[in-house]
Amino acid sequence: MTETDINTTIEEVATIELEVFRYRPEKASAPSFDTFTVPLHDEWVLLDALNHIKDEIDGSLSYRWSCRMGVCGSCGMMANGEAVLTCAAFLKDYAPGPIRIEPLANFPVARDLIVGMDDFMEKLNRVKPWVINENGKSVEEGEYLQTPEELDDYVQYTMCINCMLCYSACPIYGMEPSFIGPAALALAQRYNLDLRDHGNEERMDILSSDEGIWQCTFVGECSEVCPKHVDPAGAIQRYKVEATNNWWKSKLMPWSN
Amino acid sequence: MDKRSNEPFWWALFGAGGVVAALTVPVLLLLTGIAFPLGWLPAPTHDSLYALFSHLLVRLAILVIVSLSAFHWAHRFRFTLYDGLQIKHLNAPVAFICYGSAIAFTVFAAVSLYTF
Repeated sequence: MTETDINTTIEEVATIELEVFRYRPEKASAPSFDTFTVPLHDEWVLLDALNHIKDEIDGSLSYRWSCRMGVCGSCGMMANGEAVLTCAAFLKDYAPGPIRIEPLANFPVARDLIVGMDDFMEKLNRVKPWVINENGKSVEEGEYLQTPEELDDYVQYTMCINCMLCYSACPIYGMEPSFIGPAALALAQRYNLDLRDHGNEERMDILSSDEGIWQCTFVGECSEVCPKHVDPAGAIQRYKVEATNNWWKSKLMPWSN
Repeated sequence: MDKRSNEPFWWALFGAGGVVAALTVPVLLLLTGIAFPLGWLPAPTHDSLYALFSHLLVRLAILVIVSLSAFHWAHRFRFTLYDGLQIKHLNAPVAFICYGSAIAFTVFAAVSLYTF
């Protein structure tokens, strides 16, 4: 291949522009946007473009990522205003661009595309997302048996990867930061609906509080953006029915407990 | 914080209202708003409607439909105001006006149907 051929080949590679949100508190108090031009390969996702920028153009760009295959849940960002996993969003779907990349909405920005997760972690912990079973079997007593139907009841909610896209998409969380939010509520349901778990009553205090399911007005955006099809909106509505039955029962038949 | 909400009371009325309205209102609208005026179906006479409404159960059913529909509206309108106008600090008065309207409407409907 001659030098001219190589140059022609390079020139023929299509490109696309990324407008990337930058915030470096030690440099500027206000955020700004940097525009980068990256190759537009069919097989490249947004994360590949960001890695290209970091490796080849500007090493100071900060963002979170790990697995590149939609499992770790750390590369969530806003692409043209929509919450996506950048490892699962292809560049070509945004052609001809430009693509505006911003940190996840509704969260405080720590640096560039990195947001603070403290609020979510605290809320996640509050709903007790673990099996609560004080009289659990000993190892000698053997395993718990569960039918496929019993598994189906909650297995969808186990798919959550804590990527927080649902919090960015939720307009209620944007307005009411105290709202426990979609993922934490869906994860609580994951344990509530598991037959091995007996924590339903314990969780209801927080789930059915004013900060819990009752903030939700069933906008449904959380389920739209969820990359794992967890359907938090459905989980919350389903829990509303249960909490409502429980409430009426406790008022009309207080002795039944 | 973490105190169980009394929201289920209003949400149950909202949910019931949604179901009742979705099931009955389209049928009633189709009959009284379109089918009868356009002559697709023979319209009931005043006497036959009067006889129908003379049944206490029919009046009770009408009361349930209009009252629950009103509570459905109240709950939805409350959150439309609450979120749409972002008037978090006015939560109590907004709820009072919305649910109060539904309660007042229910009383009005009950009295109208009873004295009819």
